[in-house]
Amino acid sequence: MACISPDGKPTESGSKMLRALQAGLGSPEEIAKDTGLPLFRVRSGLRELAEAGLAKQRDDRYGLSEEGAKLIK
Amino acid sequence: MEEVKEQIGHMPRIGEPAPAFEAVTTHGVLKLEDFKGSWLILFSHPADFTPVCTTEFIAFTEIHPELQKRGVELLGLSVDSVSSHIAWVRNVEEKTGVKIPFPIIADLSKEVSLDYGMIHPGQSKTETVRCVFIIDPNQIIRTILYYPLTTGRNMDEILRIVDALQTTDKNAVATPANWRPGDMVVVPPPNTQEMAEERLKQGYECTDWYLCKKKL
Repeated sequence: MACISPDGKPTESGSKMLRALQAGLGSPEEIAKDTGLPLFRVRSGLRELAEAGLAKQRDDRYGLSEEGAKLIK
Repeated sequence: MEEVKEQIGHMPRIGEPAPAFEAVTTHGVLKLEDFKGSWLILFSHPADFTPVCTTEFIAFTEIHPELQKRGVELLGLSVDSVSSHIAWVRNVEEKTGVKIPFPIIADLSKEVSLDYGMIHPGQSKTETVRCVFIIDPNQIIRTILYYPLTTGRNMDEILRIVDALQTTDKNAVATPANWRPGDMVVVPPPNTQEMAEERLKQGYECTDWYLCKKKL
């Protein structure tokens, strides 16, 4: 898992993506630009966050889930 | 050997869509489609903790900034485990100060290696040879290079090919032997007699009607 550590906490790159989602950014392209992470890492990371229930996907855009919001409080 | 030969099956070719994959890497699980919209250099090496591969990874890291300027991502691959890759990457950084910035596929199952024809049983039944696949933003294979186990790759040539492909795509031209950015490019050959006659009047530098060059 690149975005979530074995202890369930987001990694540095995972936290960056969650914060970008919290700020209202939704597409992988927008999040890559905001975080400075490569686009392929963001696409893969968002998929992982969604599978873990920390992000929600609708078409090509992502949003923060309630679980994700709790993690970055 | 026969079993490996049977597994190889179709070898990807230039102009074909790159085979899709989902693979464990040092940067998490990556799919080919994650790279859509970027150029991608997918390359294989025989094994971690081996001398020629170590020099290549340092060399790929050195050209990484130049590749990034050209919108190209790098993705390595070998049949070693992700733990081995992580240990090797950390060792290279500790011993040489070079931090490998790109992901490396851990293809323990050989699924990706076989789909891309990276195992050449005449060289090794178990390891991948030194392959380079240059894949365009539409995920079409544009160049394939194979090097034997004993010969490290030439990074200048890889950069030159990227420059040539991007110049071709942008300007609808071809590039002559030993072309470098800034050199004259080749105008595509004419398809009709009329076009052949017209092009001789267009101010190109022509050796004859079929070989004309121009400055970009």
